[in-house]
Amino acid sequence: MTALASVSSTLPSRRDEDWRYSDIAAVERAWPVAAEVIDVAAGDHARRMIVQDAAIGSATIRQLAITLAAGARLDLHIINSGGAYGRVALDVTLHQGAHFELGGVIIARGEQVLEIITTVRHAGPGASSNQIVRCVAGGTATATYLGKVAVARAGQKTDAAQSFKALLLDRGATANAKPELEIFADDVKCAHGATVGELDKTALFYLESRGLPPATARALLTRAFLSDALASIADDAAREAAEAQVTALLEAAL
Amino acid sequence: MIIIDNLHASVDGKPILNGLSLTINAGEVHAIMGPNGAGKSTLSYVLAGRAGYEVTGGSVTFLGQDLLAMAPHERAAAGVFLGLQYPVEIPGVSNLMFLRTALNAQRHLRGEAEASGAEFMKLAKAAAEALGLPFEMMKRSVNQGFSGGEKKRNEMVQMAVLEPKLAVLDETDSGLDIDALRVVSDGINRMRSPDRATLLITHYQRLLDYVVPDFVHVLVAGRIVRTGGPELAQELERGGYVSMAA
Repeated sequence: MTALASVSSTLPSRRDEDWRYSDIAAVERAWPVAAEVIDVAAGDHARRMIVQDAAIGSATIRQLAITLAAGARLDLHIINSGGAYGRVALDVTLHQGAHFELGGVIIARGEQVLEIITTVRHAGPGASSNQIVRCVAGGTATATYLGKVAVARAGQKTDAAQSFKALLLDRGATANAKPELEIFADDVKCAHGATVGELDKTALFYLESRGLPPATARALLTRAFLSDALASIADDAAREAAEAQVTALLEAAL
Repeated sequence: MIIIDNLHASVDGKPILNGLSLTINAGEVHAIMGPNGAGKSTLSYVLAGRAGYEVTGGSVTFLGQDLLAMAPHERAAAGVFLGLQYPVEIPGVSNLMFLRTALNAQRHLRGEAEASGAEFMKLAKAAAEALGLPFEMMKRSVNQGFSGGEKKRNEMVQMAVLEPKLAVLDETDSGLDIDALRVVSDGINRMRSPDRATLLITHYQRLLDYVVPDFVHVLVAGRIVRTGGPELAQELERGGYVSMAA
């Protein structure tokens, strides 16, 4: 089901909207990139987990071309945390009645630049998409989520939702979020929301007043914050494994 | 157990506590009553060590230790429990996980063995049952979607499991209907023992009908202006705080 498709040849620059927050020097190291293809057949339900945990200092770009045939469903979860530069970019096409569920986690620290970029094309009627991206950024790291939803003229009764929340652990950290809607149908529902904040001080005090050391309290709240993005993993064992992985990454980051 | 001596504290540079002194011995229940803005909640936050509550003078000695030099989690491990007026909702963190983490963090700091899963579940089940909190709610996110009464019961469940030496209960009676008040009061009374102490902070005399204190103090403008027995609460109920201001 996964294959390699066309290779893009032109090196992107920061003038390109989709690359404006990227580390272009790192992009150059990873270029060119072959897109991976995921096709989900009509009526099928596929599940995928992408963990980007490349070695310190490396540059990784994953580009996925995803097509969901009529009535198909894909639950895709991403944990993006490795390397100096890590980008997971999705180009998803939904045909009639298909559903795309995305749960994305970014854990960025040090000087990392980590990105999740999505383009979700509602090509046929009655398709739905739900994207939940949660990120924590510390140090002088940059975490970015650019989410484009494109509804074709045929995409009536589209139901598309995006939610992005970022937690900044340090003053030097950056989070970028940009929802983008391009709608050519007239009967659609497209919701999006984005917030950037810090850990709730009242909640931290509450946990500490019960005996949790500050680092433990911060880790617990941060993990809870990120778990929103993993809640849509239906299989308990798979979800717990993903949460354990996030916990381990946080321990290294906090 | 705790000696508060001439305590001064400010919030945002504004003095709130102005020379508060209070000694509570093991086995005693004290109640602090006072009008809005007298410094009741400030006192509880200062004792628990909340950031932003700046001590500008005086001392607090808890079981022979300088309480004010300790971080909030160290105070908890030493045996101080603060029951909050507005318990905080923490989405995504289950009550059971939170409580088990708290119990074991305290035990760890005290150099005690951590509670096993089975031991903890037994404690939590017993506490939830005693306080009429359905065990299902223990599995839910901390206080999320709980009613005011359920939040206060949950505070008492935490107290029962953590077994503090000194419980400081800030307006634990607020937002409770009469049935919940009785259950919560029973929870407080069950914790009474010769080696524990309780400081009740309240607006109203109502709670003190159920948890009868050994001493009642009246706090006005950051100082204790009167101290008496339970009858002082009755007097306040009749005459109000205005009669105490002089």
